[in-house]
Amino acid sequence: MKNILSLTVSGLAVAIAFSTVDVPKAVAADQLTIVSWGGAYSESQRKAYYEPYMKEKGIKIVEEEYDGELGKLKAMKDAGNVTWDVIDVDSAHALAGCDEGLLEQLDYSKIGDKSKFLPGTALDCAVGTIAYSTIFAYNADVYKENPPTTLNDLFDTAKYPGKRGLLKKPFGNLEWALIADGVPAEKVYEVLSTPEGVDQAFKKLDTIKKDIVWWEAGAQPPELLANGEVVMTSAWNGRIGNAIKEGKNFKIVWDYQEFDWDFWVIPAGTKNIDGAYDFIKFASDPKNMSQQSKYIAYAPTHKDAIALVDPAIAPTLPTFPDNMKTAVTTDLVFWADNNEELTKRFNAWLAQ
Amino acid sequence: MAIAASAPLLTIDGVPLKVRLARAERSRKLKALALILPLFLFVVVTFLMPLGRMAYKSVINEETIGRLEQTNAALAEWNGQDVPDEAAFAALAADLKAAQEKRQAGEIAKRINYEYAGAMSKFKGVTRKVTSMESGPYKEVFLSADKVWADPRLWRVIKNASEPYTSQYWLSSVDLRQGAEGIERVPADQAVFVDVYARTFWIAGLVTALTLILGFPVAYLLATQPPARANLLMIFVMLPFWTSLLVRTTAWFVLLRSEGPLNDLAEMIVNQRFEMIFTRFGTVLAMTHIQLPFTLLPIYSVMKTIPPSHVRAARSLGAGPFHAFWKVYFPQTVPGIAAGCLLTFILSLGYYITPALVGGPRDQMVSYYVAYYMNNIINFGQAAALGGMLLIITMVLYWAYNKLVGIDKMKLG
Repeated sequence: MKNILSLTVSGLAVAIAFSTVDVPKAVAADQLTIVSWGGAYSESQRKAYYEPYMKEKGIKIVEEEYDGELGKLKAMKDAGNVTWDVIDVDSAHALAGCDEGLLEQLDYSKIGDKSKFLPGTALDCAVGTIAYSTIFAYNADVYKENPPTTLNDLFDTAKYPGKRGLLKKPFGNLEWALIADGVPAEKVYEVLSTPEGVDQAFKKLDTIKKDIVWWEAGAQPPELLANGEVVMTSAWNGRIGNAIKEGKNFKIVWDYQEFDWDFWVIPAGTKNIDGAYDFIKFASDPKNMSQQSKYIAYAPTHKDAIALVDPAIAPTLPTFPDNMKTAVTTDLVFWADNNEELTKRFNAWLAQ
Repeated sequence: MAIAASAPLLTIDGVPLKVRLARAERSRKLKALALILPLFLFVVVTFLMPLGRMAYKSVINEETIGRLEQTNAALAEWNGQDVPDEAAFAALAADLKAAQEKRQAGEIAKRINYEYAGAMSKFKGVTRKVTSMESGPYKEVFLSADKVWADPRLWRVIKNASEPYTSQYWLSSVDLRQGAEGIERVPADQAVFVDVYARTFWIAGLVTALTLILGFPVAYLLATQPPARANLLMIFVMLPFWTSLLVRTTAWFVLLRSEGPLNDLAEMIVNQRFEMIFTRFGTVLAMTHIQLPFTLLPIYSVMKTIPPSHVRAARSLGAGPFHAFWKVYFPQTVPGIAAGCLLTFILSLGYYITPALVGGPRDQMVSYYVAYYMNNIINFGQAAALGGMLLIITMVLYWAYNKLVGIDKMKLG
C-alpha cells in the first residue's frame, strides 16, 4: 500500500514537472509579436501604431519588452523557435545583428520608397523609425538660478556638486568625455579610434567617477531626477519630455545632443514574415509615422512624415533647428566595430 | 550458547537462510530503485543534461566550426612565428567569401575579436574587399588593408579559432590566454575575473558569517521559549521568508536611498546622510536579511532536538552557565550550523538580482558577468566557462569542507 502511494506521488511529480516545460505555441497567422523597450516609448508606439493597426487589419498585436540586447534572439534562433516577429532595435544592434545573421535582409519593395527615408536610416536589415537624442536634463526646482547650460557643466562637479546619472554603457559617454575635454565634435570619432583617445576619454570620466549613478533602463533617469538621487542625468530626450508633460519641472540641455535612430527589424527565422512586413509598411507610412511625435518627443525618419508633424510640438524634438546647433551624429559604423572592445574596457574600468 | 557452524540454517521450504536473505535484500533494493527511477530521470534531464550542454558550449568554437576549414588546412604546417605565406591568405579569403554568402562572416569576425581586440573591424573590412575580387594574389591586399595582418599573434588566434575545440573561454575566465610560448597572463587592464571570483566568495563568506552571528541567538530563543511565544516569534521569521525575493530587494532599495527613511532617521540623530545604496554595505545588508532564515532554520531544527535536561545536568555537576553552554549545548548544534552555513554560502554564490539592484559596479558577483556575456555580448562560450568555473571552485570548496566537518556522517536531529 505504501509502495503504491510512493510510486503514484513520484509519478505525479514527474508529470507535473514535464507539463511546465514550455511547448512552442502554434503561431496563428492573425497574431504579431512586436518587441520594444517598454515604458513611455512603448506607450507611444501603442497609440500611434499598434492600436490603429489592430483596428484597421483586425490582427492582434502581442507586445513584449526587452532591454535592447539580442542574446535571447540568438538563443531562439539556435533552438529553431523564433517567436518574435518585429523588433525595435537601436542603431548598434541594427548593424551588429545584421552582420551576425540574426536579422532578415529587408526587401524595400514591401515597405516603401527607400529614397524618402533620411540618409542613414534605410539599412540592409533595418528601417528607421524614430530619431532620438541622448541629452542631459536637470531638475529646475534644484537649480532655480544659474542652471547648467553646456556640456561642460555636466563634468563640472565644483560648480554643480552632486550626483550625475549616466547610461551604463560606453556608448555616448566616451564622446561626451572627449568633447568636454576639448576635442572638437567633428574629430571625436577620429580621436576615439586611437588608443590614446580612448585613454583620454576614460581619464576625463575618472574626474567625475565617484559622483556617477549608472542607469540601465530608459525609465530610470526621470525617476532618479524626481526622487533626488541625482542632480542631473543623461537620458533619452523623449522620456524626459514625457515626464515634463506629466508635470515634472525638468529642463533639457540640448548642448552636444547625441543624435541617433531606432530601427524596425525582422528577426531571421520568424514564422510570420509577411505579417511583419505588413506592419512595418504601416508604421513607415508618413501619415502614421508623424503621429508618434504627438505621444513622445521623438522625430520621424521619413522626409514626408517630418513635414506632417504638428508645428507646436516641433521645438521639443531633437530635429528642431535650435536644438540641432551643436548636435553630434552618432557614428554607427564606429560603434558596430568597436562596441564590444570598448564595453569590455568600460566594464573593467567600472569594476576598479 | 554456541551455534553449530557446520550445518547451514534452512528455512521452512528447505532453501538456505542466507540465500533467502540475499534474495529478499535484492528485491528490496530493486523496489527502492524503481521508486526513485522517475525522480532520477528527472534530475538527469533537468540538471545533468544542461550542465553537460554548458560544458560543451564552453569548449566549442561555435562561431567558426566548419567555416574555416581551408584556413585550418593551410595553417597546419605553419611554424607560428612568422607571417604565413600566400596559401594561408588565399585560404582565409576563400573561407571568408564562402561565409559572407551564408551571412556567417560577421560571427567569425566576432569570434576572433574575443581573443584579439580590434580584429572585428579589420575582418569586416577585408571581407568586403575580397568578396569583390575574383582571384588572388591575396597577401598584398590583406597587408595593405591593415598592418594587423602581419602580426603572427593574429594568425595564432585564427589558427586556434579554426579548430573545433578551444581553451580560450576557460583560460580567460581565470585571466589567462594563449601566448606565443604557452599560457600567459592577460594584460592588467583586461584582467577582471579573478577579482570577481574573489569578490563573490568573499561576499558569500561574509554573508554566511553575519547570518550565523545574527541567526544563532534567534534560533536559540525560538527553540527554548514556551510554544505560544515561540510560534509568534517564528511567524516574524517566516513571513519575510515567504515574501518574494524581488519584493524584499526592492524594499531595501527604497530604504537605503539617500532620500529614504533610514537616511532621514540618520539626519535627525547625527545630522548626516550616509551613502548606503549602490554600495557593498547595502549589498551585504540586503543579502544577510534575505539569507537569515536559511541559516536560522536548520540550526533551530537541531536545537529543538536537544533535551534541556543536558544543560541542567551539566549545571548540577558544577559547570558555570557559559561552560555548560559551550561544552554541552553548542557541540550538539554543530550539525545544524554546518548545514545552515553551507546552504547560505552556496545560495549566496549565485546571487544576481540583489547586487544588481542594490550594489554598485564594484559589488557585482559572477552571475552578473554570466548574464552579461549571455545577453549583451552573446558569447555563450564565455558565459558557460564562467559558470563552469564557479561550479568547479564550489565543488572543491565543498570537498574540503566535507573533509573538515564530515557532513556526510552528520545527523540533523
